[in-house]
Amino acid sequence: MTMAEWALLVLLGALSLASALGLLLSRNAVYAALFLVLNFSVGAVIYLLFNAPFLAVTQVAVYAGAIMVLFVFVIMLLGAERLAPAENPPGLAYQRPLAIILAVALLAVAAWALLSGAQIEPSPSVAPRPDSSPQAMGMWLFGPYLLPLQVVALLLLAAMVGALVLSRKS
Amino acid sequence: MDATSFVTFLSAALFVIGALGVLLRRSALLIFMSVELMLNAANLAFVTFAHRWGQLDGQVTVFFIMTIAAAEVAVGLALIVTIFRTKRSTSVDELAQLRG
Repeated sequence: MTMAEWALLVLLGALSLASALGLLLSRNAVYAALFLVLNFSVGAVIYLLFNAPFLAVTQVAVYAGAIMVLFVFVIMLLGAERLAPAENPPGLAYQRPLAIILAVALLAVAAWALLSGAQIEPSPSVAPRPDSSPQAMGMWLFGPYLLPLQVVALLLLAAMVGALVLSRKS
Repeated sequence: MDATSFVTFLSAALFVIGALGVLLRRSALLIFMSVELMLNAANLAFVTFAHRWGQLDGQVTVFFIMTIAAAEVAVGLALIVTIFRTKRSTSVDELAQLRG
């Protein structure tokens, strides 16, 4: 990676973490949704840096586009943008400190696993750079991954029918 | 530190922030968004490793994860809307009974 790519990657990482923290701490559901849109868009740029242009476009179209529009639509439909101030529910006073301790433990274990794993597998100096254009991805999706693709299509249909049934006025 | 490790650490940090969101937030919508953040952190790791090993399988997996996330959001938001109709709230603390 060149120096400029490194600088971009560090900047994107900082933006990604900041927007995730914004989602965690925001007091307004619409702001939280917009922080998540920013996070997904930053993720799309990281995908571009890592030789995944098809996924970058899919990320913007499906995640930052369709999914987050659905979120914002539901937030505004329900009028649920104002969130109650964070407070422990009665009888669960230990939950917040416990959650923070568990999160720190998870982060520590992940960091330890990554650090010790890096010594086992040295990075290949020259990794092959496969063709990851949309055409090549299509050959993969309709070649070796044809069956999962069909299953996922069926799943999407089932989810669509399920959403219709659930939101129908009874 | 190479780029792969950097993004893997970023992915782990994003996952932990998402997990914290699931544990700390009380609104079902915010919990749901935190789950999306965790899914996205996993996607980031997949793409990084696909790049590291020069193979496309990781990218294809990310495509499937995105599809399943879309299906999950459709059903989940329909559930939240249905619950809001009876409870007038999206707080998970209100959901203490199975009857609608």
